[in-house]
Amino acid sequence: MALSSKTKAVLLGPLNKNNPILVQVLGICSSLAVTSKLEPAIVMAIAVTIVTAFGNVIISLLRKTIPNRIRIIVQLVVVASLVTIVSEILKAYAYDVNKQLSVFVGLIVTNCILMGRLEAFALGNGPWASFLDGIGNGLGYGWILVVLGFFRELLGSGTLMGYKVIPQSFYDAGYLNNGLMILPPMALLLIACLIWIHRAKNKDLQETTN
Amino acid sequence: MDAISLIVKSIFVDNMIFAYFLGMCSFLAVSKSVKTAVGLGIAVTFVLVLTLPINYLLENYILKPGALSWLGEEFAEVDLSVFSLIIFIAVIASFTQLVEMAVERFSPSLYHSLGIFLPLIAVNCAILGGSLFMQQREFPNIGTATAYAFGSGIGWMMAIVGMAAIREKLEYSDVPKPLKGLGITFIITSLMAIGFMSFSGINI
Repeated sequence: MALSSKTKAVLLGPLNKNNPILVQVLGICSSLAVTSKLEPAIVMAIAVTIVTAFGNVIISLLRKTIPNRIRIIVQLVVVASLVTIVSEILKAYAYDVNKQLSVFVGLIVTNCILMGRLEAFALGNGPWASFLDGIGNGLGYGWILVVLGFFRELLGSGTLMGYKVIPQSFYDAGYLNNGLMILPPMALLLIACLIWIHRAKNKDLQETTN
Repeated sequence: MDAISLIVKSIFVDNMIFAYFLGMCSFLAVSKSVKTAVGLGIAVTFVLVLTLPINYLLENYILKPGALSWLGEEFAEVDLSVFSLIIFIAVIASFTQLVEMAVERFSPSLYHSLGIFLPLIAVNCAILGGSLFMQQREFPNIGTATAYAFGSGIGWMMAIVGMAAIREKLEYSDVPKPLKGLGITFIITSLMAIGFMSFSGINI
C-alpha cells in the first residue's frame, strides 16, 4: 500500500524528529521505571502502542460530540477502560511480567503521551490519521524503551531477556556487573545521553536557554 | 507514631519523583521558576490528600473482593476491582476540576502562571500512582492512607522546588549546546536521585 507523504509524516515523524520522549517530553515516568529489564520494557511498549492507537481512534470518532469543558474527563474514562482491558489481558497471559510492571500498567492511564496525543491530534483529525498517529507515537516511545532496557539489563545484570549474554570467562577475568545501572538514577542519565546524541544530530532541535 | 514514620518515609525514602519517577512530566515542564513550582506543589499535595482517603474508602467498601459484604451475605463474593482504575481516575479528575475553579477564584495570577498544567494535575502520575500504591500496600486504616498522601505530596513538592531553584541558578552556566534545556535537566534530576538514594534502606 502506498502511503501519501502526509500519512508518512504522521507515522514516521514520531520515530525521530518528533519523538514523544526525546522531543515532546511526554511519558517520561513509565519509560524510566519499567526499563531495568528488557522484557517488561517490550511489553510496556506494546501495551502503550495499542492503547494510544485505539484511544486515538475512539476520541477521534467522538470528537464532534464531546463538550469542550468536560473533555478531559471523557478522555480519561475512555483511556481507563482501554487500560483495564489491557491489564486484564496481561494478567491472564503474562502474569509474571504484569507483576514486574506492578502499578505501571495502571499508570498508562496517566501516561502523558496518551493525553498529549488525544489533545493535540485526535481532537482535530479523522480516525484513520489518528490511528496512524497513535501507532507512530507508540513506536517512537517503544524504541526508546527498548534501547534503555537493552543497555540497563546488559550492563546491570549481564543478561538479555533473562538469558546470560556475558560469558563466564569475563567474570573470571574480573568483570563485574554495574549494579548502578539497575537503579533509578541511571535511567535518567541514559535518557540524557540519548537526548545529547539526538540533538547533536538534529541541530534544529537544540534549545537556546538552559 | 506510625503515621509520622510513614510521612518521613514517603518524603525521603519512597520519594515519588526520585524513587518511582511519578509526575515527571510536570516536574520537568514547570520547574523553571521557584514561585510556580511552589504553587503546583501545593496544588498536587492538596489533590493527593483529598483524593487518596476517598479512594481508600471506595476501595475498601465497594471495590475490593468481598468489600460489599456490609450489604448482606449475598454480596460477599462480589469482586469489583476491575473498575478500580476508572473509578479512581474519575474521582481524581473531578477533584482537579474543583481545585482549578478554586485557584481561578482566589489566585488568578497563580492560575495564569500554571496554565495548562493545572488541569493536567488530573493526569499527573503521582496522584493516580498514590492511589494505586494505596491499593497495593493495603494500609490498615484511613489515617495511615492520608498520612501517606501527605508525605508523598510534600516529597513531590520538595523535589520540584529544589529542581526549580537549581534551574534558576543554571541560567548563568555554560552548558554544551545539545544538552541545553532538557538534557541538563535530566542529568540534574539523576544527580538529585543519587543523593536521595542515600536515604534508602533506612528503617524508621
